[in-house]
Amino acid sequence: MRRAYDEELEQLHRKFYQMGCKVNEAIYKSIKAFVNHDKELAKGVIEEDKEINQFEHDLEQACIELIALQQPVTTDLRKIITVMKASADLERMGDHAVSISKSTIRVKGNKRNSMIEGMISDAGEKIKKMGEEVITAYIEYDTEKAVEIANYDYLVDSLTHDIKEACISEMKKDPELVLGATDYIMASTYIERIGDYITNISEWIVYFQTGEIQELNTHHSYDEL
Amino acid sequence: MSTPTYKMEVKDLKLWYGDFQALHGLDLAIPEKKITAFIGPSGCGKSTFIKSLNRMNDLIETCRIEGTIELDGKNIYDPKTDVNQLRKKVGMVFQQPNPFPKSIYDNIAYGPRTHGIKNKKELDEIVERSLKQAAIWDEVKDYLDRNALSISGGQQQRICIARALAVGPEVLLMDEPTSALDPISTAKIEELVSDLKSEYTIVMVTHNMQQASRVSDETAFFLNGHIIEHGDTRKIFTNPDQEETENYISGRFG
Amino acid sequence: MSAKIIRGFVYLSAAITFGMLGYVIIFILINGVRFLTPDLFAWNSTSQNVSMMPAIITTLYVVGGTLLVTTPIGVFTGFYLVEYANRKNPIVKAVSMATDTLAAVPSIVYGLFGFLFFVTFLSFRLSLIAGILTSVIMSLPLIIRATEEALISTGRPIREASYALGAGKLRTIFTVVLPVAMPGILSGIILATGRVIGETAALLYTLGSASNIPGGLFSSGRTLALHMFVLSNEGFHVDQAYATAVVLLLFVLILNGLSTLVSARLSKGGK
Repeated sequence: MRRAYDEELEQLHRKFYQMGCKVNEAIYKSIKAFVNHDKELAKGVIEEDKEINQFEHDLEQACIELIALQQPVTTDLRKIITVMKASADLERMGDHAVSISKSTIRVKGNKRNSMIEGMISDAGEKIKKMGEEVITAYIEYDTEKAVEIANYDYLVDSLTHDIKEACISEMKKDPELVLGATDYIMASTYIERIGDYITNISEWIVYFQTGEIQELNTHHSYDEL
Repeated sequence: MSTPTYKMEVKDLKLWYGDFQALHGLDLAIPEKKITAFIGPSGCGKSTFIKSLNRMNDLIETCRIEGTIELDGKNIYDPKTDVNQLRKKVGMVFQQPNPFPKSIYDNIAYGPRTHGIKNKKELDEIVERSLKQAAIWDEVKDYLDRNALSISGGQQQRICIARALAVGPEVLLMDEPTSALDPISTAKIEELVSDLKSEYTIVMVTHNMQQASRVSDETAFFLNGHIIEHGDTRKIFTNPDQEETENYISGRFG
Repeated sequence: MSAKIIRGFVYLSAAITFGMLGYVIIFILINGVRFLTPDLFAWNSTSQNVSMMPAIITTLYVVGGTLLVTTPIGVFTGFYLVEYANRKNPIVKAVSMATDTLAAVPSIVYGLFGFLFFVTFLSFRLSLIAGILTSVIMSLPLIIRATEEALISTGRPIREASYALGAGKLRTIFTVVLPVAMPGILSGIILATGRVIGETAALLYTLGSASNIPGGLFSSGRTLALHMFVLSNEGFHVDQAYATAVVLLLFVLILNGLSTLVSARLSKGGK
């Protein structure tokens, strides 16, 4: 019995990895499309989000069945809980990629600012790297790496902060930029949120290893405000 | 999922012990090469029911049966049925390990000998194959002439499974096969049972709901001589249709 | 405190039991062994040598003859009662009750019955055959009971196992049940033998007390126990009676040893 059960757990693991890759790809594509104003690519991201949602649905179903049929305890239980919670975070990340793509499609001949777009592209690169690393950390159950990734989130946060500042100062210089800059701010907020979800996934990796649920990167410091 | 083929079909089965009606018109189809688990509180009729699948209830004088049970489309309660041949096809493993006080070899060879196999070489092969199937060959291969009662309870139960397999059954009935065993032996038997389903149709009574959920493909919930609900184990354990099933499985029962 | 008293009582009881048994054995040995002369084992018994040889032979005749008749009847009755009879049938109930009652009947009653039925009514006179048949009736309940117990103690599970493999009733009984029940049945037979060896009252009225080896089924004889009874009754050869007692004691001890051995094997096999 144990063998079949282990196989199912292993499958859960593999499926989660596949989903993670899919989500990272969607994020990468959505930012690329946003920066390049590539509406076709953006549409593709929205289309593929259905697959991501299906992944999450399947994973949740499998987790529920495993809990009901195997009554998991200890490591098995934590593995299942980790997949269940982290897959929900992945799914939300996918939704943000969709939001970014939607704003790419919405944009109609707004004035652009290549400097800010460059910054967004940078943030996108960072988030892509973090996304890839968190999935690797999950697959390798690497707690240290997970903690490290969560700490990167500061970089993303400060980048988005910079983007916001830049947008405001550019808007002051050129009011025609307002429409486009609003989208920039929104996109950067989405990226920042994606970073938060990656931090959450890191927390679940730590939970899987230690059994402790802890906040890795709280944004409760008033200094940042 | 492809449409399952049914190995046994029970139609409107009623059973009495004297004046007491133990089973009230049961209908159930048992899918081939799958594990079907019967769960339910003590005295709900699940053991009685499983014993009627190979007519072990015939041994109880006061027992009376109505309805039909078909094995490959043939009613096993037909007066023309050869009960011994039926039991050769539908083997049984009991709650308490019950090896004969004979050597391990003679235990396994008993069934084949009963059905006329005398050739030593052929018997040797059957004994080895059955013990391997029951995942106990490695543990006993050097002690085949040792009394089967001298080994541990968990091993005895696997000997009993091997003994049942030795006659080449198509269906294996297991009446709470692990309730007398420790958790490790239980895990071994569960593992074994899930391996066996590739070749055998298995019906298992269990008091242990986790066992039903872990091992079986289909689950039937018995209560007071009725089958309250029967279906895919995943469905029964996550979202049963009947409130009684829900209450029993979640431990809220009486 | 009370535990101590109880324990003391238990020890005292055990001491009394063993003490009495020991006393009897030692008493017999002291009084008997001295008189175990070769004369006592002479082939022909006369009123001078009071040889017990004919009695030993007769004892073997009676025991052998009895077992020959009683074993098959007893064992098969036991099989019938356990394996085939419907326990709820009133006739079967009656047979079962009769068996229990017969086992408790004092042997003198058997003796009188044997005298009236075999000796007088069937005109066997005091003879080996009358003695054997009376012993048969007397030992039958012991063997039936022992067989029943042995069969019942084999239990349902191994029978079920056999039936579930597609074995029929006969095969189940002879290949699975019988080997397990055998030691129990044997110990019943040994018990019956012991009872016949020790018997006096029943045989006195049926076998008689002729001092020579019976010439045939219809001649009288005496078993060891009877021989001893007659000797001590006559009062002329009390010492020789003690010597006979030593031999009888030996017989019984050997039988008991056998019986214990067999029961030990039974309980080991039944685990």
